[in-house]
Amino acid sequence: MLSFKLETRPEASRTMSYLSPLIAVALTMLGGLLLFSALGKDPLEGFQVFFLNPLRHWYGVSELLLKAVPLMLIAVGLAIGFRANVWNIGAEGQFILGACGATGVALAMGDSSGPLVLPAMVVAGALGGAAWAAIPAFLRTRFNANEILVSLMLVYVAQLLVSWLVFGPWMDPDGFNFPQSKMFSDSALLPLLVEGTRLNLAFVMALGVLVIGYVFMHNSYLGFKMRVAGEAADAARYAGFSAKRMVWIGLLVGGACAGLAGMAEVAGPMGQLTDKVASGYGFAAIIVAFVGRLNPIGIFFASLLMALLFLGGEQAQLYLSLPASISKVFQGMLLFFLLGSDLFINYRLRVRLTLAKAGD
Amino acid sequence: MHQEQATAAADAQPRLILTGIRKVYPAVVANDGIDLSVMPGEIHAVLGENGAGKSTLMKIIYGVTRPTSGHMVWEGQPVTVENPAHARSLGIGMVFQHFSLFETLTVLENVALALPGKPDMSDLARRIESVSKRYGLPVDPRRHVHALSVGERQRVEIVRCLLQNPRLLIMDEPTSVLTPQAVRKLFETLRQLASEGCSILYISHKLDEIQELCHSATVLRGGKVTGACIPAEETPKSMARLMIGKDLPACEHTAAPADGEIRLKLDGLSQASIDPFGTDLKNLQLEVRSGEIVGIAGVSGNGQAELLAAISGEAPLSEKGPVQICGNAAGRLSPDQRRQIGLCFVPEERLGRGAVPSMALSDNAILTAAVSKGLVRHGLIDFRAAKAFARECIARFNVKCAGPAAQARSLSGGNLQKYIMGREIMQAPKLLVAAQPTWGVDVGASAFIRQQIIDLRNAGCAVLVVSEELDELFEICDRIAVIADGRLSPTRPLAETSVEDIGVWMSGMWPGSESAATSTSNQ
Amino acid sequence: MEQSLITSMLFATLVAGTPLIIVALGELITEKAGVLNLGAEGTMAMGAVAAFAATHYTGNPYLGVLAGMAAGALMSLLFGLLTLTLMANQVASGLALTIFGVGLSAFVGKPFESLTLPAVPAIRIPLLADIPLLGPALFNQQSLVYFSWALLGGVIWFLYKSRAGLILRAVGESPSSAHSIGYSVIGIRYLATTFGGAMAGIGGAFLSVFYTPLWVEGMVSGRGWIALALVVFATWRPLRVMAGAYLFGGVMISQLFIQGSGLQIEVPSQLLSALPYLATIFVLVLISRNQQTIRLNSPMSLGQPYRPDA
Repeated sequence: MLSFKLETRPEASRTMSYLSPLIAVALTMLGGLLLFSALGKDPLEGFQVFFLNPLRHWYGVSELLLKAVPLMLIAVGLAIGFRANVWNIGAEGQFILGACGATGVALAMGDSSGPLVLPAMVVAGALGGAAWAAIPAFLRTRFNANEILVSLMLVYVAQLLVSWLVFGPWMDPDGFNFPQSKMFSDSALLPLLVEGTRLNLAFVMALGVLVIGYVFMHNSYLGFKMRVAGEAADAARYAGFSAKRMVWIGLLVGGACAGLAGMAEVAGPMGQLTDKVASGYGFAAIIVAFVGRLNPIGIFFASLLMALLFLGGEQAQLYLSLPASISKVFQGMLLFFLLGSDLFINYRLRVRLTLAKAGD
Repeated sequence: MHQEQATAAADAQPRLILTGIRKVYPAVVANDGIDLSVMPGEIHAVLGENGAGKSTLMKIIYGVTRPTSGHMVWEGQPVTVENPAHARSLGIGMVFQHFSLFETLTVLENVALALPGKPDMSDLARRIESVSKRYGLPVDPRRHVHALSVGERQRVEIVRCLLQNPRLLIMDEPTSVLTPQAVRKLFETLRQLASEGCSILYISHKLDEIQELCHSATVLRGGKVTGACIPAEETPKSMARLMIGKDLPACEHTAAPADGEIRLKLDGLSQASIDPFGTDLKNLQLEVRSGEIVGIAGVSGNGQAELLAAISGEAPLSEKGPVQICGNAAGRLSPDQRRQIGLCFVPEERLGRGAVPSMALSDNAILTAAVSKGLVRHGLIDFRAAKAFARECIARFNVKCAGPAAQARSLSGGNLQKYIMGREIMQAPKLLVAAQPTWGVDVGASAFIRQQIIDLRNAGCAVLVVSEELDELFEICDRIAVIADGRLSPTRPLAETSVEDIGVWMSGMWPGSESAATSTSNQ
Repeated sequence: MEQSLITSMLFATLVAGTPLIIVALGELITEKAGVLNLGAEGTMAMGAVAAFAATHYTGNPYLGVLAGMAAGALMSLLFGLLTLTLMANQVASGLALTIFGVGLSAFVGKPFESLTLPAVPAIRIPLLADIPLLGPALFNQQSLVYFSWALLGGVIWFLYKSRAGLILRAVGESPSSAHSIGYSVIGIRYLATTFGGAMAGIGGAFLSVFYTPLWVEGMVSGRGWIALALVVFATWRPLRVMAGAYLFGGVMISQLFIQGSGLQIEVPSQLLSALPYLATIFVLVLISRNQQTIRLNSPMSLGQPYRPDA
C-alpha cells in the first residue's frame, strides 16, 4: 500500500522555487491538450496552432516580443510591490492613465517635431501611472484603506475616464465619430528596431527597466527593506523600516512602470488613443510577476510565455474557430498550477510503500 | 459515589502505560522509545529541559499528534488516541502552556466549545460556577476571555477540563505564567484532585516545584528517558544532573560598579496600547545606568509588550520626553534612529520579529547592523561584509548552524537566540534591552546568554531585562522592579528584596501603589 | 417627487442591492472562518454564465440558479484546494480565481452572447403588496430578493445562535486553539469557503437570469469586488452588509435614473457611471480610518494559512 505524507522542509528549497514555474508550464500544456480534446479538436493540432504557429516566422517572433514589452514593464513594477506585500492590482488603470498622459503630450505638441517629444511623453506616461497609483497609496497610508480594493476600483474609473476623453475632448474631428484620438505625428511615435516589423524602441526600454529592477531588488538596501517588509512585517517594524514608505514606493514604482507601458502602447503599435487601449495587460502582468518568481530574469521569460498565450489565442480564433478568450483560460490555469506546485518549495512529499497485511 | 469505589478497586492497575513511544519529525527525533506509567491519584512529574520532548509526549497522549511507533494502554485497554475529542471521551484532559482559548468569546462559549454535543448554556453556566467553587477556581462564565488576566485564563482552562470529570489531567508548564502565591493556590487544587483519584501528569523544568508537589518523576533528555525518581528523596542538584547530564552551570556575578551615567530614563511614560486587548501604560518612571542590569518582573500581559515597544521605538510616542536614551529625548524617534544613539534590543519573538525566518543569517545581520557595521554603501548592500559579520557572530557566540547562508528558521530556538543576542552585542550598544532572553532555551545556552549579558554590563553597558522567570532575574540583575497592570513599581536592589516580596508586588501591591491602597476593600 | 417614481426607485434599489447581499454574506461566512477569498468577481462570472446556460437549455430559471450555485461552489473548491490543502497564498490564489473565472466565463459563454431569456415574473405577496408606496417595492419582488432576506436571517442565526456558528467563529479567531481542542480546521474552512462560493454563484445567477436576462462578457463589472468591500464596510456584521448593499444599490440606481431621465445636466455620463466605484472607495476610506474598529471586528486569523503538524 502506498501512503503519502507531507513534511515541512527545514529550509525552503531553492531548486523547487525555480523548478515550480517549469512544472506549471508543463502542466498547463498538458491541460491544454485535454482542453482541446474536450472541445472536440485534435489535441496535437490544437497544440501546434496555439503554441507553435505564432513562432513560425520572424515576424511572429517580433510580434511576440512586442506583446511581451508591456507585460515585462508592468510585471517588474508590480513585483517590487508584491515583494513588500503591497498588492497593487490596478495596473490596468495605471496603464490607461499612462497612455492618457502620453497622449496629452502628443496632442499638445501637435505636428511640431523635435527630439524632446518622445522623452516628454515617457515622463508624462510614467507620471500618469504613478499619479493614479498614488491614490491607493495615499488612502492606504493615511486612512488604512485596503489597496487591493481601491486600486481595483480605480481600474473601472480609468476605463470610464479614457472613454470620456476619446468620446469628448480628444475625439478625432475627422474620425467619423469613432472613439479615438487623432493619429500621432511621426515625432511622437517610438522608432522601429527592425523595419518591416512593429517592434520598437520600447523593447530596449523594457530591458533597461528589467536591469534596473534587478539591481534594485537584489542589491539595494531599499530593495532589501521591502523584502523584509513583505516576509515579516514585525521584523521590519523592529528594524525600523517605515511601513508607509514601503507602501508608497511599491505603488508609485508599480504605477510608473504601468504608465510607461501605456505610453509604449499608444506611441507604438496603436499610434493613437482609443477606448480599447487596455486589453488586459495589467491583469496578465500579475500572472507574469508570479510565474517569474517576482524576479526580473524570471519575469523576462514569463512575459514571453504570456505573450505566446495571447498570440496563441488569436491563432486559435483564426484556425480553430475558438474564442480568443481561450488564452485567458490558459493564463488562469498557469497561475493555478504554479500556486499549487509552489507547495513543494516548503514541503516535501514522503511516499512510503508498506506491504499490505494478509486479509487487508 | 460508585465511581470512586470503582477507582479504588482498580488501584492495582496503572491508569496509563506508555511503552516505546517514538515520534520522528523531519529534522529531529522528538521522542525516542519512551516508557511511562501513572497510577490513579498519582501526581507524576515529567521533567526535562526545553527541547527534551515533554510537550511532544503530552500531545501524543492527548491525541493532538500521532506517534511514529509505540503503544498506549489506558486503564488496562490498549488504545490509539485519534484526536483530542477522543482523548476527552476517554477521560483525559489537558491544560496547555499556550492556552487554547478564544479571546473574543466568553468563558461560557469557550467551555461549550470543548464539550461534546450541544450543552444547554444556562445549565452549563451553573455547572461552571459549581466546579469553580468546589476547587477554589473563581471564574465568571459571562466574561470575555480577552478581559481576563493570565491567571484567570488558566483557571478557565482547568475548569474546562474538570467539567468532563477527567481521570488524567495533563498540565503543561502551568506555573510559568503565575505569581508565587498563585502557584501555591494551584498546588492546593491539584492535591485535592489527586486525593479524589485523578491522576496528574505535571510537565515542568522547575525542580523545586516538582519536589514540593509530585509523588514520582520521569526525567527526559534529548527525547529519551534518562531516569525515574521519587522527587522527595532527591535534591534539586541530583535531579538537575539527571535532567541535563551535568551540574547546573552558574554565572559569575560581581557587584555593580559605582553610579554610572543614566542611559535610559522613563519619565512619566503613558501610552495607550495599539492592541485592542492590550494593556495601557500608566505613568512609568525608571532609570537604568551604565554598568548595571535592571530587571523587570511581572506576569505576562501586564504591559511588558507595550513597554518594550515604547522603548524600542516600534510604537513611537507622540511626545519626545517620556523616553530618554543616552541623554536624548527619544520618544518620537524610529527604531533605527534609536539604534544610532546606542540602543540595541532583543525582542521576545525571535522568528518573525528578531529575525526574518526565510532569510539567511547574513541577511538577518543587515536587519539591524546595516548602519553600525557599515554593511551598506551608496544605498547598495555589501554582501561580503554582511557574510563576514555573520560568520564572526556565529563563531563568537557558539551558534550551531550550517553557516551564514543558513535560513533563520532552520536554527533551534536557543541557537537563533544566541545569534540575535550576538548580532546586537557585537554592535557595542550603550544600552541593551532584552525581553525573555532565555525563554525556551536549553540550560547550557541559557547560562551562556546570561554570562554574555553580565559581561556586557561589566564592560559598561546599561542593561534592561524584562522577564517572567524570577529565577533568571534574581541570578543576573542588580536592581529589580515589577510591572503590573501597566504600572511600574519602584526598583529595589537585589540584596534588599526576596522572591516572596517580588511575588506580592507582581499582583500589583507594592508600597505606595493604588492596588495596595485598595487591596483591603477588595478582599 | 411622484409616488410612483419613489416606488420604482425603491424597487430598483432593492433589486440592485440583492446580488451584493447574497455574495457579501457568503464571503462574510468564508472570512469568519479565517479565509480571505478574493475570487468573488470570477466566481460570480462563472455562476452567471452557468445559470444562463442552464436556464437557456431547461427553460427553468431555478435550475439556472442551482447551476450557478454549483459552478460557484466548484470554483471555491478549487480555491480551497489551493489555499487549504496546498497552502498557497490566499491573496494570490484569489486573484488567480478571478482572472481564471472571468476568462473561462468569457470562453464558455461565447455561444450564448446575443441570446436573451424571458423575464422571470415577480412574486407578489398578497396584502403586504397593497401597502401604499412601500408595498409594491418590497412585496412584489423577484424571488431572490426574498431569498436574500431569508439568507440574512439564516446567517445571523447561524453565526450568533448556533453551535456550528460558534465553532466557525472559533476557527476564524484561532485555528491552532481550535485544532488543539479537536476541531478539523481545514474541514470547517472548506465548508465555509464552499458556502461563500455557492452564494457568489447565486449572485452571478441573479445577474444573468433575473436582473438583465442575458449574458455579456464582463457583465459582473466589479460587483464581486464591491461585495468584498462591503464585508469590510460592514465590519463583518451581517445586518450592516444589508444596509451597505442597499446603499450601493441606491447609488447605482440613482445614476441610472439620472442618465435615463433626460435631465439636461452638465455632467458626463461616464462620471455618473463611475459613481458606484468612487462610492466604494469612499466608504472603504470612511470605515478603515478607524483601525481599532477593523482590528476588533475582523476575524483574527483572516488570510493566514494554517497547517496542523501531524
